[in-house]
Amino acid sequence: MSPTVFAPWNNPDEKPLIRFKNVTKKFGEFVAIDDLSLDIYAQEFFALLGPSGCGKTTMMRMLAGFENPTSGRIELAGQDIAPVPPNKRAVNMMFQSYALFPHLSIWDNIAFGLRRDKMSKDAIEARVAEMLKLTRLEKFARRKPHQISGGQRQRVALARSLAKAPKLLLLDEPLGALDKKLRQDTQFELMDIQESTGTTFVIVTHDQEEAMTVASRVAVMDEGRVIQVATPAEIYEAPNSVYVADFIGDVNIIKASTKAIGQDQYHLNWIEGQPPLTATSALPFSEGQQAHLAIRPEKIKISTDRPEDAPNALQGKVLDIAYLGNLSTYHVELPGGQVIKAQTANTRRIARRDITWEDPVWISWSATAGVLLAQ
Amino acid sequence: MNMRRFALIAVPYFWLLALFLVPFLIVFKISLSDTALAIPPYTPTIKDGISALIAQLDFENFTFLASDDLYWKAYLSSLRIAVISTAFTLLVGYPIAYGMARAPEEWRATLMMLVILPFWTSFLIRVYAWMGILSNEGLLNQLLMWVGVTAEPLQILNTNTAVYIGIVYTYLPFMILPIYAALDRLDESLNEAAEDLGCSRLQAFWLVTIPLSRNGIVAGSFLVFIPALGEFVIPSLLGGSGTLMIGKVLWEEFFNNRDWPVASAVAVILLLILIIPIILFQRNQQKQAEAEQ
Repeated sequence: MSPTVFAPWNNPDEKPLIRFKNVTKKFGEFVAIDDLSLDIYAQEFFALLGPSGCGKTTMMRMLAGFENPTSGRIELAGQDIAPVPPNKRAVNMMFQSYALFPHLSIWDNIAFGLRRDKMSKDAIEARVAEMLKLTRLEKFARRKPHQISGGQRQRVALARSLAKAPKLLLLDEPLGALDKKLRQDTQFELMDIQESTGTTFVIVTHDQEEAMTVASRVAVMDEGRVIQVATPAEIYEAPNSVYVADFIGDVNIIKASTKAIGQDQYHLNWIEGQPPLTATSALPFSEGQQAHLAIRPEKIKISTDRPEDAPNALQGKVLDIAYLGNLSTYHVELPGGQVIKAQTANTRRIARRDITWEDPVWISWSATAGVLLAQ
Repeated sequence: MNMRRFALIAVPYFWLLALFLVPFLIVFKISLSDTALAIPPYTPTIKDGISALIAQLDFENFTFLASDDLYWKAYLSSLRIAVISTAFTLLVGYPIAYGMARAPEEWRATLMMLVILPFWTSFLIRVYAWMGILSNEGLLNQLLMWVGVTAEPLQILNTNTAVYIGIVYTYLPFMILPIYAALDRLDESLNEAAEDLGCSRLQAFWLVTIPLSRNGIVAGSFLVFIPALGEFVIPSLLGGSGTLMIGKVLWEEFFNNRDWPVASAVAVILLLILIIPIILFQRNQQKQAEAEQ
């Protein structure tokens, strides 16, 4: 890997900024976080991704200091942070509701944290001006939070939490309240700000697209455990489980039993009376082991004729077509009744589409297109 | 304007006109009259004819109020008692409202019920009950002597202390409810944000919770201050000879001296004094309504 790529998690000498060590958090009988260990490095943009109730917000609140772990240890720059109250932590949080103080102007909201630090008046003014400039809010400094738009409020919340130059910034569903277009613009803005300030960001989100766009690494969570931590590309291309594959994007899962046929090559018997599929896998599978082949719809080709020399080709019937404008997703029913989704870019105008409902079609993919998963 | 809307607005205005403005004008007219041994006990009356009536009216009673220091002392003393008891009510009411707003969701309706419950008993009976509690042989003194805090019973009844206790007790719900309403709407994450930005718990309370419940505090304080200023029942039942309140003076002027014109002049001045806090209260309510839009 070239040294210019930002990947401290691959460097064994790098010390993590945050370290969760076997952290468990219980609320009464309910286990919110289950024996979780995780390292987050300085200057990362780290996303905690999962369905609601998976424990991602609890993780964030433990980092901010509003909750303490039932057992285990959370370290910030090597120090156990459990005894440090929220107001003494070099951690700031941007709240999902923004939690702007309605009785204070935008300027005073941003200055709120600085005033607590007993900074000089000039220093506060300079810092607030800097934050207003960073978030392009100069014009609104004297307004109250209810006098500005949702997108502007989001930026005020960001400016306020960045003003104290925290070691770590926590963002709890920061873009949840914005409409889709504004959300996409703001995602890039967040990335720019993260890069220019060099602050470590931890973002909580249930929106996988958002996590993939902004994050350097993503932790996919479920029921208080981290299922996989990896870069967005790895998470998408090489999920470690059916859960992750299914949670991130669209996926076809084919259950099969494996049979080794060579170096990292397997035959998959997925249904009686059909030729086996071919797949590669770096992970070993034993003879006859039950496995799941996960293939993304865009990696499956669809054609009217049998493709030449495709390692995996199956005939089926078009059940449904989802037209998304730039893409079309074809739902193809295989002889065994399983439905496979295949996606193609609509490079031609829709009137010239040569595949339609009930057509017999061939779907095909290469041996390396899918990922073989044990569970 | 369409008829239905007109009718809707006309009803409350007619109500105010008939039951507030007209009686006030009558009281104002009496305050400009002279006392007389007659029924009604003042002169002139409408029977003397309009022109004679207007000719005989004068501001003599108001100059009398200014010259006799009993009256302005009573006004000042009422103001002092009203301000002090409002402050005490706030001091007692705010923590109760705060506790209610922080109580588990399922408890709040019950707590609210408990605050309103005393209204189900007659106000007069409740004040009489306080006489039983505060008197020299009363429950409070018996308890204090039993605990050993004091050997001799304390003189509480018929002092200003008893008046303060009575006012705080009676008007407490009027303080609690608006403050509770303000605190209940307060987003818990605002306090967390304040702590996150470096506030201690106490600072967060002072810098966030108090300013954001300001409207409730102002509303509650006026709701206690305004009736407390003209309070008559509590000072006359719980207060002593040293308790000087304008409501009591008014009552004595009216019933003991049967001097309706002077009593009316006292009432008119009291109303003028009250108009200031009432206007301020209205403005606070309006500002709150605007902020919520």
